[in-house]
Amino acid sequence: MIWAYLYNIVFYASCGVTVLATILMISRHNAVHALLYLIISSLSLAIIFYLLGAAFAAALEVIVYAGAVMILFVFVVMMLNQGQRSAAHEAAWLPARGWILPSVLAAILLSLLLIGMYSDQPLQPYGVHGVAVKDVGIALFGPYVLVVELSSFLLLSGLIGAFHIARKMPSHMSSNELEEVDHG
Amino acid sequence: MSPVMYNLLNVVLILVCVVFGAALLTWLERRLLGIWQDRYGPNRVGPFGTLQIVADMIKLLMKQDWVPPFADRLIFIVAPAFAMFVVVAAFAVIPMAPGVGVVDLNIGLLFFLAMTSLGVYAVMFGAYASDNKYAMLGGLRAAAQMVSYEVFMGLSLMGVVMLAGTFNLRELVLAQADGWFIGPQIVGFFIFFMAGIAESHRTPFDLPEAEHELTAGFHTEYSGMKFAMFFIGEYVSVLMSAAMITVLFFGGWLGPAWFPPLGWFLLKTMALVLLMILIRGSLPRPRYDQLMSFGWKFMLPLALVNLLITGALILI
Repeated sequence: MIWAYLYNIVFYASCGVTVLATILMISRHNAVHALLYLIISSLSLAIIFYLLGAAFAAALEVIVYAGAVMILFVFVVMMLNQGQRSAAHEAAWLPARGWILPSVLAAILLSLLLIGMYSDQPLQPYGVHGVAVKDVGIALFGPYVLVVELSSFLLLSGLIGAFHIARKMPSHMSSNELEEVDHG
Repeated sequence: MSPVMYNLLNVVLILVCVVFGAALLTWLERRLLGIWQDRYGPNRVGPFGTLQIVADMIKLLMKQDWVPPFADRLIFIVAPAFAMFVVVAAFAVIPMAPGVGVVDLNIGLLFFLAMTSLGVYAVMFGAYASDNKYAMLGGLRAAAQMVSYEVFMGLSLMGVVMLAGTFNLRELVLAQADGWFIGPQIVGFFIFFMAGIAESHRTPFDLPEAEHELTAGFHTEYSGMKFAMFFIGEYVSVLMSAAMITVLFFGGWLGPAWFPPLGWFLLKTMALVLLMILIRGSLPRPRYDQLMSFGWKFMLPLALVNLLITGALILI
């Protein structure tokens, strides 16, 4: 019966999609296409999280990474609107021989992974058990509360920096001076 | 009936009802706007003009399915389908009545938020693929607007989640048996309502397709069925916002027993849809910077204060 294997089929299919989309993301010359593959890769990663029992992590992967971070990337790329010319540039920057060393390194990692998976003593697989939103919350505000506070410092400093950059120029500067600042 | 058959029937019926409901909504909106603006609206085709939808559908289907030669072909075709997909997929988690609803997810509310946040891509990639300056400006506006309003859309819902202690939408409805969340979460309701209209980019938040500045915004280059996908998708997302508000703030299907639960759900949803149409008919469109500063300087602090007070009251 196919239903018994459905879990495995979905799992391996989304793994395959993730790997393929990530490879395509790296190799595209058109920036928007590359971003599209990156989005697909993070969506299929969310499916993998969900299948491994981390439904909350899956939802956050979609909301935060696919839904917010990637949108800012797409926003900037669209605003620059490079088009055909930049795709040609990209193609010129990435000649075929530039791929050799990264491919060798990636192949070594892959072979290590395969050896680990298929050796006589396989790496201990993680048991699949559900992690509810409540568990995540208790962990964050229990043993990891210091990390949460530290990351809030980081966010605050980012916020202050953004405020500083976006602040209006003091009004005593003339428009000429502002122009000079703009063109720096 | 076997459970598989029952589920299948559930899925197909909800899908058909949602899509046809959205199509019917286009007629209802034009008719109501007409009445409120002291004119008739479409009243020629069929009784009260109800067959106007069929006429529109024939028109859209007969149109040439044209892809501009300068467009990014694949993305241009996929974008409208994606616009439809995300809103219909979000409908899957909405519990309409006991036993009616596609899937009962533990993270139902988060799934809904995830789908709405993915909705931006349809607009942005549609705009990018069109390779048209109006579409591009519309797409950029849509992206900035939807990302901003998404932030406090999520925050405004956390009050409800704190009161009910769950992300499961079915349990959220049942938690309102003693009283709807509209009472303690009136501020959250206001924020979510605004954010819901902004997410479906309808007037007064329709800056991405403001016709006097941007022709038709992100769907300038679209025609025929591809345009219809964006168009109907907008109405499906109106239905979805209304259904979501019903579930979160108005007790979903709960109500006196003399009316069936599904009836209560539909009644409440319909009332909210009418309210949204009335808002479209009565409010002017703000300037774009006014829209953004209203979001970040008023709605976001309001959502945070609401969250703070709700948390404090729960702890006391």
